[in-house]
Amino acid sequence: MSEVIGIGASPKRKEDARFVRGRGTYVADIKRPDMLVGAFLRSPHAHAYLKSVDVSDALAAPGVVAVYTGEDLKKDNVGGLPVGWGISGKDGNPMKEPPHPPIAVGKVRYVGDAVAFVVAETTDQAEAAAELIRVDYDVLPAVVGVVDALRAGAPAVYDDIEDNLCCDWDLGDAAAVEAAFREAAHVASVELVNNRLIGNPLEPRAAIGEYNFATGQYTLWTTSQFPHVVRLLMGEFVLHIPQHKLRVVAPDVGGGFGVKQFHYAEEAIVTWAAGKLGRPVKWVARRSEGFISDAHGRDHVTEAELAVDENGKFLAMRVKTLANMGAYLSTFGPNIPTNLYAPLLSGVYRIPAIYCEVKCVFTNTVPVDAYRGAGRPEATFVVERLVDLAAREMGIDKIDIRRRNMIPKEAYPYQTPVIVEYDSGDPMGCLDRAEELADVAGFEARRAEAAARGKFRGLGVSTYVEACGLAPSRLAIGLGARSGLYESATVRVHPSGAVTVLIGTHNHGQGHETTFAQIVSQQLGVPFQDIDIVFGDTDRVQHGLGTYGSRSLVVGGAALSRAGDKVILKGRKIAAHQLEASVDDIIFENGEFSVAGTDRKKTFKEIAGSAYVPGNYPLETLEPGLEEQAYYDPINFTYPGGAHFAEIEIDPDTGIVTLERYTAVDDVGTIINPMIVEGQLHGGIVQGIGQALFEHGVYDQSSGQLLSGSFMDYCMPRADNMPQIVLEPHSTPCAHTPMGVKGCGECGTIGSPAAVMSAVVDALKPLGVSHVDMPATPNHIWNIIRNSRAQIAAE
Amino acid sequence: MEIGFTLNGRHVEVSCKPSTLLSDLIREQLSLTGTHVGCDTSQCGACVVHLNGDSVKSCTVLAVAADDGEVRTVEGLCAVDGTLHPMQQAFHENHGLQCGFCTPGMLMSAIDLVKHIPDPTEAEIREWLEGNICRCTGYQNIVKSIIAGAAAMRTAS
Amino acid sequence: MQSFSYHKPGTVTDAASLLAARDNAALLAGGMTLLPTMKQRLAAPDDIIDLAAIRELSGITMEGEDLVIGAMTRHADVAGSDLVKEVLPALAGLASRIGDQQVRHRGTIGGSISNNDPAADYPAAILALNATIVTSQRAIAADDFFVGLFETALRPGEIVTAIRFPRAKRAAYAKFPNPASRYAIAGVFVAQTGGAVRVAVTGAAPFVFRATDVEAALSANYAVEALERLSIDTQDLMSDIHADREYRGHLVMVMARRAVAESLKRSG
Repeated sequence: MSEVIGIGASPKRKEDARFVRGRGTYVADIKRPDMLVGAFLRSPHAHAYLKSVDVSDALAAPGVVAVYTGEDLKKDNVGGLPVGWGISGKDGNPMKEPPHPPIAVGKVRYVGDAVAFVVAETTDQAEAAAELIRVDYDVLPAVVGVVDALRAGAPAVYDDIEDNLCCDWDLGDAAAVEAAFREAAHVASVELVNNRLIGNPLEPRAAIGEYNFATGQYTLWTTSQFPHVVRLLMGEFVLHIPQHKLRVVAPDVGGGFGVKQFHYAEEAIVTWAAGKLGRPVKWVARRSEGFISDAHGRDHVTEAELAVDENGKFLAMRVKTLANMGAYLSTFGPNIPTNLYAPLLSGVYRIPAIYCEVKCVFTNTVPVDAYRGAGRPEATFVVERLVDLAAREMGIDKIDIRRRNMIPKEAYPYQTPVIVEYDSGDPMGCLDRAEELADVAGFEARRAEAAARGKFRGLGVSTYVEACGLAPSRLAIGLGARSGLYESATVRVHPSGAVTVLIGTHNHGQGHETTFAQIVSQQLGVPFQDIDIVFGDTDRVQHGLGTYGSRSLVVGGAALSRAGDKVILKGRKIAAHQLEASVDDIIFENGEFSVAGTDRKKTFKEIAGSAYVPGNYPLETLEPGLEEQAYYDPINFTYPGGAHFAEIEIDPDTGIVTLERYTAVDDVGTIINPMIVEGQLHGGIVQGIGQALFEHGVYDQSSGQLLSGSFMDYCMPRADNMPQIVLEPHSTPCAHTPMGVKGCGECGTIGSPAAVMSAVVDALKPLGVSHVDMPATPNHIWNIIRNSRAQIAAE
Repeated sequence: MEIGFTLNGRHVEVSCKPSTLLSDLIREQLSLTGTHVGCDTSQCGACVVHLNGDSVKSCTVLAVAADDGEVRTVEGLCAVDGTLHPMQQAFHENHGLQCGFCTPGMLMSAIDLVKHIPDPTEAEIREWLEGNICRCTGYQNIVKSIIAGAAAMRTAS
Repeated sequence: MQSFSYHKPGTVTDAASLLAARDNAALLAGGMTLLPTMKQRLAAPDDIIDLAAIRELSGITMEGEDLVIGAMTRHADVAGSDLVKEVLPALAGLASRIGDQQVRHRGTIGGSISNNDPAADYPAAILALNATIVTSQRAIAADDFFVGLFETALRPGEIVTAIRFPRAKRAAYAKFPNPASRYAIAGVFVAQTGGAVRVAVTGAAPFVFRATDVEAALSANYAVEALERLSIDTQDLMSDIHADREYRGHLVMVMARRAVAESLKRSG
């Protein structure tokens, strides 16, 4: 396949070559010479003072090399885990940001909070020794839900933080919203819960720390989506290691979904311990440990209202959300339910006034942070539930009410009342096509047929918009980001003409090795097979912010394209010299540099070779070599969007919801590799369906124990739960990214929960049901059916 | 304990503790890290290998169970020159994998399925994959891959 | 996992004497429950007695009118057995839906019933079919075998060697699985043998039990309609995040009706 494969083609993935052979290299696969293994003792209590931690028996156990507690780290000046994004409340005061020691000091605040770290020769020895640590806990009452945590007299997660309130934040024009509600012909309102999710990438987290006494260099191998950011956060704030003395490697990573885009305590602890012990230290989470130490997602309680005029036009929206932060602030924790949530509340609609208040609340639970979609599925769920309710209460068809309020294609760019300005989009086009593909016209017949079989069938719709491509640094830093959010790429052209790309994003399933190669192949005319993509190693890749927020193609791909531009410019200079022409006369097309208007030309390969054999170069004006680096900082977010239809059936005998059809028409901008985009959408949609129908992180309200703490109890979609998903793209190119791309990693997860729940509510309409909280588990649905029938009977 | 078995077509003799799990023996002692461990409750299926011809979860089998037997892991699927097994090729052709972590288990399950049902329907595939969790693909392209892989295996045999 | 001494006896007699001679020993059949429990460090036997080498424990045969299944027979073998499919298709169907395919390749009938997990499938079949549990010491009637949560009538040192199933006129199993673990939340096995009807419920209570009201209703009239207005007492049922007590009770009746309907489509 020695050919150029460019934008719009679907070459098979380069990365598959190792994965299908079982030759990937994940952190757990790595063995270092003389390596030790660590295991954590984690708190079995949700809330307790640590009166004493006696490690003497553990230290004496066979194979044990060291046992560390929070006090040991504190004595060695190990810092707390930093927060990457600070927000300020309505009153202008910064959020409460309590210390987050890598191992608990004085108090444990959730089941799973680390109490001690045992290092031994083998895993069995470390785990056995951890059981010998004697901890004297003074157990305190715990609080796990946001509503309970705000109640007067609730247990205080921090002695010095009143009402467990991290921040009382708002966005929008409250007065304009109040005025609009006074004028409204109808107000739709809903109280809803956005269920706590546990991301569960299939590869459990793992980390290996190593220290080289000769060079003073630390190395951390970690299951991370953003190794450079781990280097920054861990090096500067936790371990005080100069960044040039710290190498962070994130090799193949088995799925992220946001869960691996935070700096975790275990990363710092293995690195620090390796320095103390002079031997590599490895830690691999067991799944049950991951459940109580991976950051969780979502967990909102929301009251929302939509003001509508007599024609079904939206006037204003008012949203009050309580967002669970967990016991400590994770890397992006407070940013998710605020800056990535409220600015999306306009959806794809014209809503003249929006006001959103968010209280971020501490509880005795695992810290909560970004999970695929991160804030945007929550916003979409609020908007779409309100729209459905308004339609139903006003007797308007739910598709029709969406059309009445959608931002028409010609109205872009569109400034919302909540900061963001959508650059491009065509929600109506997406909706029209999705309606056709979903055969909405034939639905009533299918409903009747299902009814004849004793089943409730429902049709649901959702539209959505998301802010992707995190992020324009100026905007993000203005909103509290403590780092830039640009991306960098280097295009290294070898003398052979082959290319190695070094890029700061991280590939953990997204197909970057393929998509990025297509960009380079098209841009430089280099055969696809001659392009390699390198990522995930801070010693190889100059800099980067990693992969999250559907940013890799949007921001990283743009940096790559910019670096490619620079290579072409340099190549033109070389060609000008070789062809004895002016640089301005050199054209680069189809992999060839030519003098305009002549047949004199050099191939890219010839120019690449020449760059490293500069026998006759004018060295004052032309450097040898062909390698260029670019940083790209976007000027705006990108705004993918779309329309999804879900069709479900409910078996009233059991309450089981069966997904029968799923149709999605998405606008992800320019598509580089349609095969990969489809795969991203499939996966995203199914994770969103997981939230709607199956997944729920459940805590016991009084003990604070995580009840859904294993795959036996945390239900994720399996092959037999899913129908074939029908997809079709409907692209409007992004107006401001170099290739018109918008990002596609989170679309599915953002659009699908609302579509599925719209269908569930629709199915239960005959019983008068107007809202169903997620997840729509069989027990939950059966209870609703039973209660509704009882109510109907009573009336 | 000393045990001996056929691993991907070659005979191996190893010493292990009775408590060693087959997955640990394969990964840690024999350094074949293509077999993955994604959970501790025998649910995810990332560790599926063939033991005496049947797909099993190697995280829930003692290594000693392989004594005198035959084990095949994902590394044993392709030819020595790297030529892919038809099922591997089908996963590649049909974008049946993303992060690659569940892939070895999926492949081993799929090949066992085709042994039992040479021409499986979509429903039979989805049912057979009950013990294999994928978090990336939504399963759609995995199912497509297995349909294609089964067809290729029928042709090859 | 904690270390242990490993034994692999070749006969039931040897296995039984090993078991009798040790204080903290566990029998290893398929290992589908024991090994995960040991991995979680919830069990730590000093000795593991692996039954894998005892050939006499595996196999499916007819002895007179009874179907006899060796204790070490794997679920996949029961599910795939032409003999079981012919004589007791409901049992083959049950076995084909235990766990997942990989579990069925390892898990055994003897291991399943000796463990007596409240959500295991086999106990429902054994109780409803009024099977006999044959051990290294005696034969135990199904009604006497399952005595509590993870508790059976097995004495220390006693090993299940086979299960003896009488034929049924009609039988079927309907299961509502836990959506996450796929274990039974409510599994109902209905069997009609001669005039008697036996109905056993698994997954819903701390251990398998006979739904006597359902049995009475079906004995009077073996039809789905006989169960239409029947409900079961939910007081002793389990409740968890997947299914509360009321819902479990409801599911038991739904599964009972489905099992009856299924059993009427075919015999055995």
